[in-house]
Amino acid sequence: MTWDWQVFLQDTGGGETYFDWMLSAWGWTLSVAVLALIIALVMGAIVGTLRTLPDDRLLGKLAIGFGYVWVELFRNIPLLVQIFIWYHVIPALIPPMKALPGFVLVVFALGFFTSARIAEQVRAGIQSLPRGQRAAALAIGMTTFQSYRLVILPLAFRIIIPPLTSESMNIVKNSSVAFAVSVAELTLFALQVQEETSRGIEVYLAVTSLYMITAFAINRVMARIERGVRVPGLIAAGQAGGH
Amino acid sequence: MKNQIAALVVGLTATGVTAVAQADTLAKIKSSGTVTMGVRESSGALSYTVGDGKFAGFHIEICDRVLADISKQVGKKLTVKYQPVTSQNRIPLTQNGTVDIECGSTTNNAARQKDVAFAVTTYVEEVRMAVKANSGITSINQLKGKKVATTTGTTSVQTLRKHERAAGVNFDEVFGKDHADSFLLLESGRADAFVMDGSILAGNIANAKNPGDFKIVGEVLSVEPIAIMMRKDDPAFKKAVDDSIKKMMKDGSLNKLWTKWFESPIPPRNVKVGLALSESTKNAWANPNDKPMEDYAKK
Repeated sequence: MTWDWQVFLQDTGGGETYFDWMLSAWGWTLSVAVLALIIALVMGAIVGTLRTLPDDRLLGKLAIGFGYVWVELFRNIPLLVQIFIWYHVIPALIPPMKALPGFVLVVFALGFFTSARIAEQVRAGIQSLPRGQRAAALAIGMTTFQSYRLVILPLAFRIIIPPLTSESMNIVKNSSVAFAVSVAELTLFALQVQEETSRGIEVYLAVTSLYMITAFAINRVMARIERGVRVPGLIAAGQAGGH
Repeated sequence: MKNQIAALVVGLTATGVTAVAQADTLAKIKSSGTVTMGVRESSGALSYTVGDGKFAGFHIEICDRVLADISKQVGKKLTVKYQPVTSQNRIPLTQNGTVDIECGSTTNNAARQKDVAFAVTTYVEEVRMAVKANSGITSINQLKGKKVATTTGTTSVQTLRKHERAAGVNFDEVFGKDHADSFLLLESGRADAFVMDGSILAGNIANAKNPGDFKIVGEVLSVEPIAIMMRKDDPAFKKAVDDSIKKMMKDGSLNKLWTKWFESPIPPRNVKVGLALSESTKNAWANPNDKPMEDYAKK
C-alpha cells in the first residue's frame, strides 16, 4: 500500500484543486448541519414544551395532541425516506416548492427529523423536575407562560444538555444523507472523487477526519456551555463538584 | 444479496492490505476447475442481471466464449461462478483473486492500469448529453450558466470540466445518486442536461414515460474504451483472453453479438436499446488494442 496524499493538490479540471473542493464540501456539510440544528432546537423546544402543558383546558389538549402527532410523524419515518418525500413528493403536490433548491429541503427534512428527538428530550427534562417547582411558580402568582419561561425551562434545559450534545453531533453525521438529493457535501465528495482520482483510501480518510473534527468541535462547544450555565447545587453540578 | 454482502466485505478487507494474489490465473483455473466471472447488476446491455441470480449481456457473452476457449486450452471442463461486483469493489476483488475475469463496464484508463490489466477493447463508449427535446440546447457551448446532471461516482463530468472550463463555458454540476436519479433530475427540470455514456442515456430515454420528450445532442465529449478486466502481471492469461477476443473480432462473431444485444429486443423486458455500432467501436475491433482512455484523448 503506497500513499499518495498529493492527490488533493491535483487540479479537478475546473481550475481548482481537490483540496479546494473538499473544503467547499465541508462547508456544505457544516451549513446543512448548523441550519438543521437551529430548526431542530427551536421546533424541538416548542414541541417538547407543548407536550407537557396542563391538559385541563381545550387549548392545552390541542397543544398536547399537536406535539404527539409531530413527534410520532417525524420519528417513525426513516430519515432517508423523509428526505425523498421532501424532495420528490411534496414539490409534486405543491408546485411552487419546485423552485426551492435541494439544500433548503434537506435542511428542513433533517431539522424536523431531529426536532422530534429533541422534543422528547425536552419533555423528559421537564417531567424529571419535581412537581413542586411548577406548583410553587403558580402559587406565587406566575402565569403558565411565566412558570415555563422563568422556572421550568431553565432547569429542564440544563438537565438535558448531555443528550442534546449527542443529538448535535448526530446531526453532523446525519447530514451525509444530503448527498441523496444532490447537495455537494462531504459524502458526495468522497463518492465522486474516489472515482475520479482512484485514490479512495486517502479520500475517505480525509473525509472521515473532517467529520470527526466537526463532531468533536461541537462536543467541546457543548461541554463549555454545560460548564458555563452550571447552577451550584443543581443535579449536574452537585455530582461533578465534590466541594 | 448474500453474494453482494460477501463481495463488499471481501472488497473492504482487500482495500486495506497490499493485494497479492496468484499471478498465474491459468494454473489456478486448471487446478481448481472453476473460474469466477465478475458481473454487474445493471450496466446497460453490457452486463446486467435478468433475475434469479442469472446474468446476461454483451460482455458476459463474450466472456462465456473466452472461457470456453480457455477451457479447451487447459483441457478441462470449467465451472463458471458469477460474482456480482460494483464500481467500488471491482478493482480490489480482481486484485485479490476473488474475481478472475471482470466482465462489466469498466473504463480502461491509465490510473487503473497501475492496479489491473485490461483485455483488448471490445466496446468504445461515447460520452454525450441528453436534454429535453424542447430546450433548444444542441451544443456544449450552450451550457453556460446551466445545470448539468451526472451520476455520482462516474468520470464523465470530469472530462466535460477539463474541456469546457478552458473554453470559458461555466456550468453548475448536479450529482444524482444513480443513473435513474440523474435522469429524474433532467425530467423534473432540476437539471438542463444529463451528461453520461451514450448507451446509458439511450437506455434511460427508452424507458422514460415519454421518450419523445428527450434527445441526445451535442458533440462527443469523450470516448472511453470499455474492456474486460483481469489481474495485472499475468501475461499468459491475458494472451489467452486477448487471442480469443481477437478471433471473435476477425470472424465477425462480435458483430453478430452487437446486433443481438444492442439492436434487437433483449430480456427481461424485451425492449431494444437501439444503439448503432459506432465508428470508434468499429475502429477498436479493426485494430485490437488495450490502450487507456488517455491515448484516445490525444487524437
